[in-house]
This record gives sequence, structure tokens and C-alpha cells, in this order.
Amino acid sequence: MKYAFYTGCVAKGAGRELYSSSVAVAKRLGIELHELTNVSCCGAGVISEKDPLLSDTLNARTFAIAEELNLDIMNICGTCQGVMMKAQKSINGDVKRKGNINEILKDGGHQYKGKVKVKHLLHILIEDYGIDKLKRLVTRPLKGLKVAPFYGCYLLRPSAYSNFSSPDRTTALEDLIIALGGEPVQYDGRSKCCGFPIVMMNKESSLTMSGISLKEAKEKNADCLVTPCPLCHLNLDSYQPEIDKIVQTKLNLPILHLPQLVGIALGIDSKELGLNKHIVSTEKILSSFLKGL
Amino acid sequence: MSKVIFSIRRFNPEKDSKPYYKDYEMNVPEGATVLDCLNLIKWTKDGTLTHRMSCRSAICGSCAVKVNGHPKLACKTQAAEEIINGRMKIEPLGNAKVLKDLVVDLEPFFSKFQKVKPWLVTEAAGSQQSAVNVKETRQSPEDFHRIDAASTCIMCASCVSDCNSWASNEKFFGPAVLAKAQRFVDDSRDKATLERVINLSEANGIWDCTHCGECVERCPAEVKPMDRIVSLRTTAIKMGIVNNNGARHVEGFVDSIRSSGRLNENIIPVKSMGIFNIPGLLSLIPVGIRMFLKGKNPPIIHKHIDEMDDVKRIFKRLKK
Repeated sequence: MKYAFYTGCVAKGAGRELYSSSVAVAKRLGIELHELTNVSCCGAGVISEKDPLLSDTLNARTFAIAEELNLDIMNICGTCQGVMMKAQKSINGDVKRKGNINEILKDGGHQYKGKVKVKHLLHILIEDYGIDKLKRLVTRPLKGLKVAPFYGCYLLRPSAYSNFSSPDRTTALEDLIIALGGEPVQYDGRSKCCGFPIVMMNKESSLTMSGISLKEAKEKNADCLVTPCPLCHLNLDSYQPEIDKIVQTKLNLPILHLPQLVGIALGIDSKELGLNKHIVSTEKILSSFLKGL
Repeated sequence: MSKVIFSIRRFNPEKDSKPYYKDYEMNVPEGATVLDCLNLIKWTKDGTLTHRMSCRSAICGSCAVKVNGHPKLACKTQAAEEIINGRMKIEPLGNAKVLKDLVVDLEPFFSKFQKVKPWLVTEAAGSQQSAVNVKETRQSPEDFHRIDAASTCIMCASCVSDCNSWASNEKFFGPAVLAKAQRFVDDSRDKATLERVINLSEANGIWDCTHCGECVERCPAEVKPMDRIVSLRTTAIKMGIVNNNGARHVEGFVDSIRSSGRLNENIIPVKSMGIFNIPGLLSLIPVGIRMFLKGKNPPIIHKHIDEMDDVKRIFKRLKK
């Protein structure tokens, strides 16, 4: 198994623990990664607000580069995944647009054919790698750990751009948590929005969104929360002290990136997983699972 | 026919202290819609159950309820497709006060439409000239196409029911209202575009949508409200209505990709807030310090991607 590894901006910036944990998990699972160092940001749904054609062209360039390597794309960011899927659908569904974009790409020596598949790590673990195979590699089952799954919007919605056949009813994260030996928390917040896209525009509203789901997870006795999107992670973890004030509760709920949770169960070193890089300490609640790693 | 348990949320504020769920076991006739089932329950099992309906043809928008957690038009939804392990949960729409059982107060929803002047503003409208003397205003198919999607809204409030921004901020205009606004902003016959866009760029308007996609997912028509909101944002930037955090965020984001190919997370918050927005900039300090102390700050030296020249060429070619 080999993928063109699209890191996204956050995993190289404010969420470098996502990068290190993804690389460590892939290595442990024998998934080969070819890191794309010459591709641009996906635009995060922001560039398309300035110019949809610019956003689609930048993503088409990324697709073309992966196609040249004859590899499918692996995303580790839910937002990159959703944005790329939307771009791909927009280009593939419009022959004229595709032609225009390839005309622009031509001078850079790239051509987008339309065959590359864009997948998120969660999808790869469930569909390509296989949950049973993953289960056999678990050396430290997350026994008794109550994990709240938090999908992030872009991985699920709009469903026209999701790899999951039924985004409302998908249990991919829950299945993964069970495979790792943990206990998924059932709560409405699982598919809600963290509010991150408007944290610069309306902080109160943005953090209230996070607060509603975090409080619900906490009330359902979650020990921690796991998300496949680093933008969700930024709001849920980095802003948690402010969220505490909004919901008037000391939440103290550790927020894990998807590969960190997998990595703990696979027995990967906690430093390599970057578990010390969180605002809300992961140590206290996960100590029984981290001991001796 | 299969036996199904309908778990329906009931609440009569005159009698009940809080909502509760009541189960009704019933055979679902072949081809029955969720509305057919609600009617059968009311007519044959419990006459006190209260729900709204009118056209039964997915046109009036009155029968929207939550089915298994998300809004659906009851008349447009096949019951058979919503049965999960022999059960179906039916609740009133979210983000609205329940008046009784499945009936919610839609007044706050409807009243918000006033904020965006949901009517055409033409020269004639402001003058004393009689409408009969005004020449017909024609619209090309291309121009109509720009407002076609938003025009299909049946105002059922399904989008609002699952809107995350509305749930955390009741002042938010909401997806249906903003989609309606796009229908007039992009109407080739309208004469108040600038005034509309300025109004929509204020707090609680277009820049308060969080892109969660729920409205696109729940809309039973073809409105795709989030796409309409994105279109309004593009229009606002094109018209130069950029003195707000939302538009500054877009411009700063594009600048960053143009210069390095990736997002500079050290600079973007400052650009979004605006360099003269002292309270805004100060609000960034606590989270900045917190992240710095944990080694979560983005690298001070922001590196560009490999083959940056090609990305720059694309920006130049598209004149961005």
C-alpha cells in the first residue's frame, strides 16, 4: 500500500503532532507514504470564496502531481479531504472547466486526467487497510477508555462530496474505536460543527459550537475525544480554556488526532505521537494506557 | 406491511413539565410516507398528536419534522427508508421553540426575512409612477439561472433546524434568509445590490456561516443555501465590501498561498483581525501564548512549498 501523502497546512504548522503521529502510524502499519512537498494548500474552502476557478486549478495541480506518481492521495485533514472532493467533482463534472484548467496547468508541465482517488486516513484504515487487520496489530487495547468520536463537517457533508456511502449513518470512527479496544461515546455532537471556520469572525459563536458538543461528550462520561480534522482540533483543544468559560464547566477533555488514538493502541511512543503537544493534557486521563510506552 | 415502532416526541406546554417520547406500534402500509404514518397514528391511535401538514406534495413546506435526528419533509419521505432496527424516531424541528408536539414556532424564522428586504427594489418601486406605466423588465435565461436555485426555497425551515451557527447564535440570519438574500443580490433587475451587500456583511450575516454543510444536506429543494452564502461572499469581495474580519480572512488567506503556497498561520489571524483592530489583536494573545508554551506555535520561519514558481504562475495567469 502506497499513497501520495498530502499533509495539509496545519500538520506542518500549529498541529505538527498530527504529522508525526500519521507518519509513525503509517510506518507501523506498513503503509508507504510519498510526501508531496511541491503541492499548494487546498484552499480550505476559503480561496474558492475569492475565486472558485483558482481554487479548482490549485487542487487540479495537486491531483495531476499524484497521478504522475500513479498514486492515490492520502489526506490527514478532514477539511482538505472535503475541499478536494468538492474540487474534483466540480472539475470532473464539467468538461469545459477541466479543459480550461488543463490549459492553465500545461505551462507548468502538468495535466489532470481525472483518475486519482482522494482518501482520508480514516477511510484508508477502514476500507483499504481493513479493520480486522488493524485489530490484529493492537498491542495495547484501549480497554475501558470512553472515546467521543467527532467527525468534523467536511468528512461528512455535503454527502455528495463524501467517501462514506451514508454520512449520516456512518460508524467509521465508532468502528475504529471499538477495533482499538475502546468504547465509543454515543452523543449528538459526533457530527456537529466545531465552529473553527468563524473563530476569527465571531469567536463567541464559534466557541459556543465547540462547547455544546464538548459539554455533551463530557456529560456522557467521555474520557477523551478523537477527531480526524486538525481544524476541529484547534478549536476543541487550543481554545478549550475559553470554551470552559462559555459553558461554565471545567471540561478538561483531552482532544486526540485520529492517528494519535490509533498510535496509542499500536503501542507507539507517546512522544512520537506528540501527546505532550496539547493544550489540554492527555497525561492524566490516558496515563494507564501510556505507561511503559 | 411491517410492524414499526414510532417513537414520537410529545410536549403539551399546558400539561407537561418537559417533553417525553411516546411509542406507537403500527403496520406501515407499502408506499406510505412519513406523513401518511403520522396521519394514521393521529386518526387511529391517538387524536391528541399534533403535527402540521398542508399540500402533501413537497411544495408548501409545512410538514418538516426531524426523522431519526434530521429534518425531512414528512410528505416527501418514504417511511420504509427510515426504519432502523424496526424503529423510527420523529421529533419537532430543531432551533425553534416547540408550541405543541411536532409543531414549532416559526415566527422568529419568518421575521428574519424582513432583514434582507425579500422584494425587488426597482426605480419604479421608489417613485410615484404607476406600475402600469413602467416598461417590462426582461431577464435573460443566463441571468435567471443565477437566482434559480434560491428561488426553489419553500421556507420549510429544515436548513435552520440543523444549522450549527444558528444553534450557537440566535441572531444569525440563517441559511434560508441568506439564500433569499442571494436571490435578490444576483437579480439583474434589482437596484439595491450595494446596499444589500453592505447589510449582509454586518455581524450575524454572511460571514457568520461556518460552512458545516448541514443546510445543503437537509434542504428538500435545490437551494443549497451554503453555496448561495459562498456566492454572496464572493460578490461582497468583488464589490469591495472588505472592511470586516471575514473578507480580510479571505484576502489574507489568498495572499499567503500566493506568496508561499501554504497558509502562514502566524500571519493569518493578524490579517483577519485587521492591523488597526486593537481589541481583536489583543484577543489573540492568550491562545497564542498558550500554544507557544506547548510548542504548538507554527514555525517562525515560514517556508514555501517546492516548485513555488508554478503556483505563482497560476495566480498570475488568473490575475489574482
